[in-house]
Amino acid sequence: MSKFKKKNQVKQEIPTSSMPDVVFMLLFFFMVTTELRETSIEVKQGIPRATQLRKLMRKSLVANLYIGEPTKPALYGKEPKIQADDVFIEAKDIVRWVNEKKSELPENEREQITVSLKVDRDAKRGLISDVEIELRKANARKLLYSTLQEKDEAK
Amino acid sequence: MARTTPEIPNASMADIAFLLLTFFLVTTTMPNNSGLSIALPPPPEATPPDEVKIQERNMFKIQVNSSDALLIEGVPREDISDLKEEIKTFVLNNGRNPESSDTPEKAIVSFKTDRGTSHKRFIQLLDIIQAAYYDIYAEQAGVTNAKFREAASDLSIPQNKEIYDKGRAGIPLNISIADPTKVGN
Repeated sequence: MSKFKKKNQVKQEIPTSSMPDVVFMLLFFFMVTTELRETSIEVKQGIPRATQLRKLMRKSLVANLYIGEPTKPALYGKEPKIQADDVFIEAKDIVRWVNEKKSELPENEREQITVSLKVDRDAKRGLISDVEIELRKANARKLLYSTLQEKDEAK
Repeated sequence: MARTTPEIPNASMADIAFLLLTFFLVTTTMPNNSGLSIALPPPPEATPPDEVKIQERNMFKIQVNSSDALLIEGVPREDISDLKEEIKTFVLNNGRNPESSDTPEKAIVSFKTDRGTSHKRFIQLLDIIQAAYYDIYAEQAGVTNAKFREAASDLSIPQNKEIYDKGRAGIPLNISIADPTKVGN
């Protein structure tokens, strides 16, 4: 009978003393890998997917333009707009914007500026090509259409 | 005398750390600096309208209209699964097929959209065209496609530069993205 003696009742507890360490580790991970949101994006950003991605190594040389339908149609209407930093701009202002961005860079790197176009998938080519023409005028000819990685990458 | 060692209560430390963690989770974004990279042509007025005649055989024409329908070499097309292979054979034709390109240097993939074409469709097709070229480069450099693109992203490392130059030798990335037509908006 004693073979099937009831096990003595030990209270099972998960040790919590290391929990702060675990949480701090997570915290540091997020602090290192992410960046603070500098601008609040006011346009829709359904970024399309693609397979042939290239990475930009020098983050300091990248200037972002956001294009899409405004998220607040009551305020800004439904037509797709271009957002640079915190404001909506028109296509004709892009040359000035690029020059501003260039002047923030050291002189020897100004021509290496890359413009990253973060375009909503439903935006139309017309607006984007207007932006491209202005970028050509501003001599910022390195362009990146921001996309996400397609999941099933065909090799 | 019983001496009590002064202690900071650390029971709430986890809570504080969680609070910080949630703050960072909410306020930060994962940087996304990847995408399809292209080089724009020089400004419109700087380039004189050159009368360079491009032979019909050296052009691979892809046209998209405002309802995202596709015209490849003048033929309407729905299925685009073979498009990549077609571009590859077109570029690497080297004069074998008299209907196709003379040399990879002369071969041009012309991609024309309409003002009403959606960005999604544009990216989808640009992706296929670039995939064809990167496949060719990767094969010539003897690496996988993914490895080649990784090397091309950072040319400051000598090995990467070597792979890149080997892959690109003799085959320029001739993708011409024409100004859109103005049918839809």
